[in-house]
Amino acid sequence: MESALISPAAASIFGIPTILFSILIPVVGIAIFAYIMIRRITPLVKAAPDERFCCIGHRIFLTLKIWLAQWRQPRYMLAGILHIFIFAGFIILGARSTQLVILGFSENFILPGFSGIFGQIYNVLKDYAATWILIACVIAAVRRGIFKPARYVVPPRYGKDHTTEAIFVLGLISTLMISESIFEASLVAAQTQKGLHAEFPAPLSLAWFFSHMLSGFSQAALQNTHLIAYFIHDLTFFFFLCFLPLGKHFHVITSIFNVFFMRVEKGDVKPVRYGISDEQLDDLDSFGVKVFEDFTWKHILDFYSCADCGRCSDRCPANAVGRPLSPRFISIKGRDYTFKHYPLIGGNSAEAKPLIGDIYDEDEIWSCTTCGACEQECPLGIEYIDKMVDLRRGMVDEGLVPQSLQKPLGALEKRGNPWAKMEKKRADWIKALTEGSSVKILEKDTVAETLYFVDSISSFDDRMQEIARCTAQILNAAEIDFGILGKAEKDSGHEARRFGEEMLFQDLRDHNSEVILNSRAQRIVTADPHAFNALKKDYNELPPVEHISQTVVRHIQSGKIRLRAVEDPAKIYVYHDACYLGRHNNVYDDPRQAIDSIKGIKRVEMTGNCRDRSFCCGGGGLMLFYEPEEEQRMGVLRVEMAQQSGAHVIVTACPYCLVNIEDAIKVSGLEGQMEALDLTELIAQHLISEDREQVTEVGGQKTEDRDRDKAMK
Amino acid sequence: MEILVCVKRVPDTAENEIEVNRDGSDIERDDLVYSVNEWDNYAVEEAIQIVDKVGGAVTVVSLGDEESEEVVRREMAMGANNGILVSDDVFTGSDGKGIAAILKAVVEKGTYDLILTGAQADDGAGQIGGMLAAMLDVPYASVVNSIEVLNDNQLKVGREIEGGNQEMNEIALPCVLSIQTGINEPRYVGIRGIRKVASVDIPIWGASDLGLDPANVGESGAGVKRVDYFVPELGEGAEILEGSSEEIAEKLIDLLKTKGGIK
Repeated sequence: MESALISPAAASIFGIPTILFSILIPVVGIAIFAYIMIRRITPLVKAAPDERFCCIGHRIFLTLKIWLAQWRQPRYMLAGILHIFIFAGFIILGARSTQLVILGFSENFILPGFSGIFGQIYNVLKDYAATWILIACVIAAVRRGIFKPARYVVPPRYGKDHTTEAIFVLGLISTLMISESIFEASLVAAQTQKGLHAEFPAPLSLAWFFSHMLSGFSQAALQNTHLIAYFIHDLTFFFFLCFLPLGKHFHVITSIFNVFFMRVEKGDVKPVRYGISDEQLDDLDSFGVKVFEDFTWKHILDFYSCADCGRCSDRCPANAVGRPLSPRFISIKGRDYTFKHYPLIGGNSAEAKPLIGDIYDEDEIWSCTTCGACEQECPLGIEYIDKMVDLRRGMVDEGLVPQSLQKPLGALEKRGNPWAKMEKKRADWIKALTEGSSVKILEKDTVAETLYFVDSISSFDDRMQEIARCTAQILNAAEIDFGILGKAEKDSGHEARRFGEEMLFQDLRDHNSEVILNSRAQRIVTADPHAFNALKKDYNELPPVEHISQTVVRHIQSGKIRLRAVEDPAKIYVYHDACYLGRHNNVYDDPRQAIDSIKGIKRVEMTGNCRDRSFCCGGGGLMLFYEPEEEQRMGVLRVEMAQQSGAHVIVTACPYCLVNIEDAIKVSGLEGQMEALDLTELIAQHLISEDREQVTEVGGQKTEDRDRDKAMK
Repeated sequence: MEILVCVKRVPDTAENEIEVNRDGSDIERDDLVYSVNEWDNYAVEEAIQIVDKVGGAVTVVSLGDEESEEVVRREMAMGANNGILVSDDVFTGSDGKGIAAILKAVVEKGTYDLILTGAQADDGAGQIGGMLAAMLDVPYASVVNSIEVLNDNQLKVGREIEGGNQEMNEIALPCVLSIQTGINEPRYVGIRGIRKVASVDIPIWGASDLGLDPANVGESGAGVKRVDYFVPELGEGAEILEGSSEEIAEKLIDLLKTKGGIK
């Protein structure tokens, strides 16, 4: 093809052939980039092992969905859409950038496969891609620099503002788009002037605008513009490439790997050390993460991959109530530490110092309720729960446990429950069962098809025992042959594990597993999502486990559970998703379906804060004992959300949620206006049973309620 | 600095429902769980922190039955270097003076610069520290809530005085201090820590090891004998509120309001 302009591969400036620069720039650029990457990979090699090569099929699926399809981006609409445009543009322009670099020393170079019709379509697409990227960058820069969304603010204790870096990178990307377009447009203008064949840029694209703007330029001016644009692009491209691994834009490179290696199973906790069995744990010198190199390579990759988008912290309940935890800065501080201690030049001279007291604080790490909102939100698949648990394991191993947690941990060890209640009183709640309701205790020769695992809070807490009794009533109504373990049951250990006391958890697990298996029950049901999660994720080889909401729905469908119409149709109900039922176990619909089975019930949603965006009530298990620094309670915020949805009754399906929300209603002074109720209580209240129907017929609803109250006392 | 800390295994009041047995000779001991006396735990933590700063070793001693070995082990898991269990049938029934005499023999078997006891025990009389100091003829400070090592021969100790006042003293070493809770934040001892010291050998010393005449210790040597154990009768002006925690709280608030305690 005859060309009006001399290409960078053939031109010369002051007698020096430009091909020299267009070879030198990529060679130096790639060399520096390779060097930086090797330095960045060093800590990953020194890190603790991690097993991330299981379920490859699922990982590929996640990569296609979360990385390529940017699935989580629109959860934050404007930023998400902008990102999708920039991301898609980058993917498209990858080929064009490669072609441009090679054009610098190989005239008329076209990538293999880009010569025919595909190439023509591609050229149109890439013109538009460059255009929309520029528009997206301008909007992003205005948003970041002028409107300054609150989620990007850096609190003073976490260092300097990150806006400059963000704007700088948006500038680099814009420079790439403009220079690429001018490079093309100048050629088009020159060809057109000479009446030669020109590939017309896509109408209204950036290149199209520039080709019109440049149409009046002289051939010489166009020649210079063409070359200058080329080298600006070339330099910017390689500068950008080497700049990426130096800050938050490292995610451009690491994101595909980070998403591929992300958590595939929710609700579980990583082993103390991959490759070390439970029996070998006693031989380990140290537990958990104490120094930086104790992190696994995936966790360091997480630090590299954080794009500083602030979504995790925006959804973090601990951050919302002013606890000293912001998940975003767990990553940023981790990344800054890596950059400082594994510098680009020179070795890691600093002695390994404990992270607690250096970049992280004890209270920061204890503040996490492991609700999982951060991980649910992260568009890059960054994990926090395992890091929290690992850091806690390290603190437990060093004895750094707040006094408020030492008591319940000690009680778990000695009494099998955090309240230090007597083991023999674990089944005392059955003394006040509703009439017609009965509970077997599975010991010696007593067997049952289903085991009801009550767990500590519903066994011992005066108020929460109601949940146990209602659960028993429901199981009776569904004609399920069930029993409890009684004094042989110990705490599930769910929080002991998540608070870093792994060995205590294992003792509790081993004990419970043995008594559960000895009971010969075929299935397990529980009304406590923390126990539900523990038995499903932390225990091995147990019979199938079900949450009571699932049992209820199953037996409503089978016709065994029949429910009366709602008592007070004027009341509006809202369901609060428990973290360990919803986010960690995907049980969102059963509790809702169970509520909706009550005829005439009005149920609303806390729109924007429900299902996988539910807001933690304040945390369960040992979190009830921990005394955090905070401005207000999570539960108070949650009750506000419920109130805004127009509800009068908050229905929970977790005893800890009920504790926290009932307390929050009192703290907020909303007693009388708002109430909280467990799903099991709501269902039990509306159960139709043969004798209950008679009561209703004789004395009406009021009498029946009184009877129930009496029975409960 | 060589530090000896005396620790006692007690039924943990926070983790038990304490009831007096039928014949009033003791508390009901079935279903009890035991732990290190809380004050003693603070004393061990303080000793470990002193040794971390100035060097030396911490030795923990417990006088009791064989079960007391578990508290010695727990304190070793916490960081104490050595442990001794003092146990002998002839020690049963010792009064405070007898216990102090036994501990005096333990102290004299080693060389210690500092001896710590808890200010009191959940089930004790708060008398051992003072008696031990007197028997050893060394200075004594009670209810100590801060310790600063001035030099090899001197400590600066803070004492809690009634009414929230604080007293500072210089005390010459060797000495005996009884430690108040709150002097520090004792570290957590996890299951893993206890397992690590599970196989450490803890010597058991009896009367003959300590050169003690059985006639002077135990029941035969005791000048104080417990004759009864009971829950006091409800006296005039005393009232026990009953009901659920919420009901009790409500009644209490009402009472405080009517009596003018709160407005």
